[in-house]
Amino acid sequence: MTEKDPEKEKRKIKSTARMQEIMTNYYMEAKTAADAGKKVAWITSGGPVEPLVVMDIIPVYPENHGAMIGASKMGVDLCEKAEEMGYSIDLCSYARSDIACSPVNGGPIGGLPRPDMLICGNNICGTVLKWYEIQARYYNCPLFIFDTPFCHTGYSEEVEKYVKRQIGEYIAFLEHECGKKFDYDRLEEVGRLSVAGQRLWQDVLDTAIHRPAPLSAIDAFIHMALIVTLRGTQQAIDYYTLMLAEMKDRIAQGIGAVPRERYRLLWDNIPIWYRMKWLSETFAAHDACLVADTYTSAWCGSLKHLDENNFLASMPAGYTRIYLNIGVDEMAGQVVKLVDKYSADGMVMHSNRSCKPYSFGQYDIQRFVREKRDIPTLIIEADMVDERHFSESQIETRIDAFMEMIRQQKS
Amino acid sequence: MINLETYTKIVDDPLAYGWRCHAESPKPIIGYFCSYTPEELILAAGTHPFRLFGSSRNIRLADEHIQTYSCAVVRSTLEDALNGNLSFLAGTIFPHTCDSIQRLSDIWRINVAIPFHCDIVLPVKLDTASARDYYTDALKQLKADLVKHLGSPIFDADLRQAIKKTNQIKILLKKLYELHEKNPAAPTGHELFTIMRASMIMDRDDLLADLPQLIELFNGRPAGKPAGKGKRLLLAGSVCEHPDIYPIIEEAGGHVVWDDFCSGARYFDGLIDETAEPLAAITDRYIRRVACPAKHSGLTDRADHLVSLARQKKADGVVFVLLKYCDPHAFDYPYLKAALDREGLPNLLIEVSDQLPALGQLKTRFEAFIEML
Repeated sequence: MTEKDPEKEKRKIKSTARMQEIMTNYYMEAKTAADAGKKVAWITSGGPVEPLVVMDIIPVYPENHGAMIGASKMGVDLCEKAEEMGYSIDLCSYARSDIACSPVNGGPIGGLPRPDMLICGNNICGTVLKWYEIQARYYNCPLFIFDTPFCHTGYSEEVEKYVKRQIGEYIAFLEHECGKKFDYDRLEEVGRLSVAGQRLWQDVLDTAIHRPAPLSAIDAFIHMALIVTLRGTQQAIDYYTLMLAEMKDRIAQGIGAVPRERYRLLWDNIPIWYRMKWLSETFAAHDACLVADTYTSAWCGSLKHLDENNFLASMPAGYTRIYLNIGVDEMAGQVVKLVDKYSADGMVMHSNRSCKPYSFGQYDIQRFVREKRDIPTLIIEADMVDERHFSESQIETRIDAFMEMIRQQKS
Repeated sequence: MINLETYTKIVDDPLAYGWRCHAESPKPIIGYFCSYTPEELILAAGTHPFRLFGSSRNIRLADEHIQTYSCAVVRSTLEDALNGNLSFLAGTIFPHTCDSIQRLSDIWRINVAIPFHCDIVLPVKLDTASARDYYTDALKQLKADLVKHLGSPIFDADLRQAIKKTNQIKILLKKLYELHEKNPAAPTGHELFTIMRASMIMDRDDLLADLPQLIELFNGRPAGKPAGKGKRLLLAGSVCEHPDIYPIIEEAGGHVVWDDFCSGARYFDGLIDETAEPLAAITDRYIRRVACPAKHSGLTDRADHLVSLARQKKADGVVFVLLKYCDPHAFDYPYLKAALDREGLPNLLIEVSDQLPALGQLKTRFEAFIEML
């Protein structure tokens, strides 16, 4: 047996084991929901989950499933299977791999538990609409579409009215599916837990303001699992309380996510799940740490619109005015704020073939950030799950050149 | 005597036509995307609705703003805008449909100096009462934006007159489709495509004056027979950018009897109730019409529509002409194909980008498909 490298051991985040335990239990519970007499709803990552928690419905996230497929490097095989089913290679690889899993119970956890209903919030993209229609036909189960009009330049009263009506329709839909009344008092309770969880998640991410950052964006990509899947539960709060304490402890001990943090970088877009370790090591070899990102911060970006004391009333704005449902210029402004907040020396943008609403507009955001903050930026062309779109040697060369620019700028 | 040459010129170089209108007429020209833009409001505002299809083939400037994995319509219209070829426009309207058009609107607003930029953020689902109400609210907002930016009021009487005009145009365009269905030589597929395309670009008063004459012209033409087998085909997809596909199909022995394109039959599908409150009536037409796959109107509505259209038109086969990187259509393709297969309707998929696949290859594929029917 080889000796464990004490230096590496020191840097490992200890809470990870607890998170893995929680996630394993969560998926076990979801997969045995029918035996326990519970219903399962598939829901989009930006979807309104709190009413499901109120109704004791287990929420399951196909996007999280897509991420797991990518991280376990099963993406190519499943994407190819989807292509055999007639889905174009140009379509979202989360959708392709998840759709291909269904008929064969494939993927890292042998397929997701069969849904009793599907809840599709289009505040993240139009792709989820098509993906959920396909799954609603496949599983022959009811689909609720939570339609949040896009906010190019603002948020209007008409939009608020439309989304508010839909929350009423959503609750009526759940009452119908579950055959029981909705408990509005409990929604306020779940809403408070949801907001508290998001605040803690924000606190965890904010520990990376410290130099050296005790966690990197790569760590955040892994630990975000709970704020996505268990938002609105005490479990998420307990876990992020634990994680926050560990991060504070790491700060006290001067433990950074990378051994020698000299350069701090901001990441944009969904991770390249199958190359996270490689990316982390490649940047670390340049003494660079990806300290923050636009992706994981999206799960606390709505805090400014949510009211923990009147959660129901704040849901329309909280779920409509989210990062991907706003104009490119507003996004660019938020990116600059992240650059400042986390003292980033450069920005790495993943131009993700799978995600058009996240990737189109990146060139303008890049230009805006350069104009406002004069920091080097790099665009990596890849895909979040489909490895066929990843060229390691080309990307490595570009990272080397980018880091050279950062070094010059900083010296 | 009506001259089809005028139409060919407009379609071959729509921007030259736009510049000419700009020079010769005081009517402001409003560019728009997709058949979800309510032309009636643009007409009622005293402006000229001009559908943008994209004419640039050599993409250079747009590549600095949007990735190459966006569709040809997005890339080439953006190129047209960035290189100044669309500067005759007084405004541009972006209806909310797909993710690509949504982001194109942002990029356009930030980088293109056309004075009036307007998003109509339509609902994505069309099958609920709240969505219907919100749809009308979005139209009201568009009306307010037009009034604000163009400075002249839009009265209900203007709107009713515009509705009447577009209804008449829709009836006559449909008539042309029916003529081609009966007689593939009058108009030919290529001629029909040309008129259809021009109808979304040219001054609608000129168009409305021409259409009865065009119908007369084709009525006077002797009946022709399609080459070879004359198999009846239905085309399906989003925007068809390629007039050349018609002669290729005709030479291979096919007769395109109808289509399900948003730049084709979906454009004139369904009339607006002229007696109802105008904005509610416009909403109603969009909600009744078969949906674009970027919108939701039930789980099987598009397949049901395609199968019933194929049956109604006695189609021998269906050809999907899908634009590369058009996600909503690509997502629907497997289920539409399955529905056709179940009904025993043979079908073929052709994927196109800014150009058609190689001519020889395309011809061979159509010949093999038609041979099989």
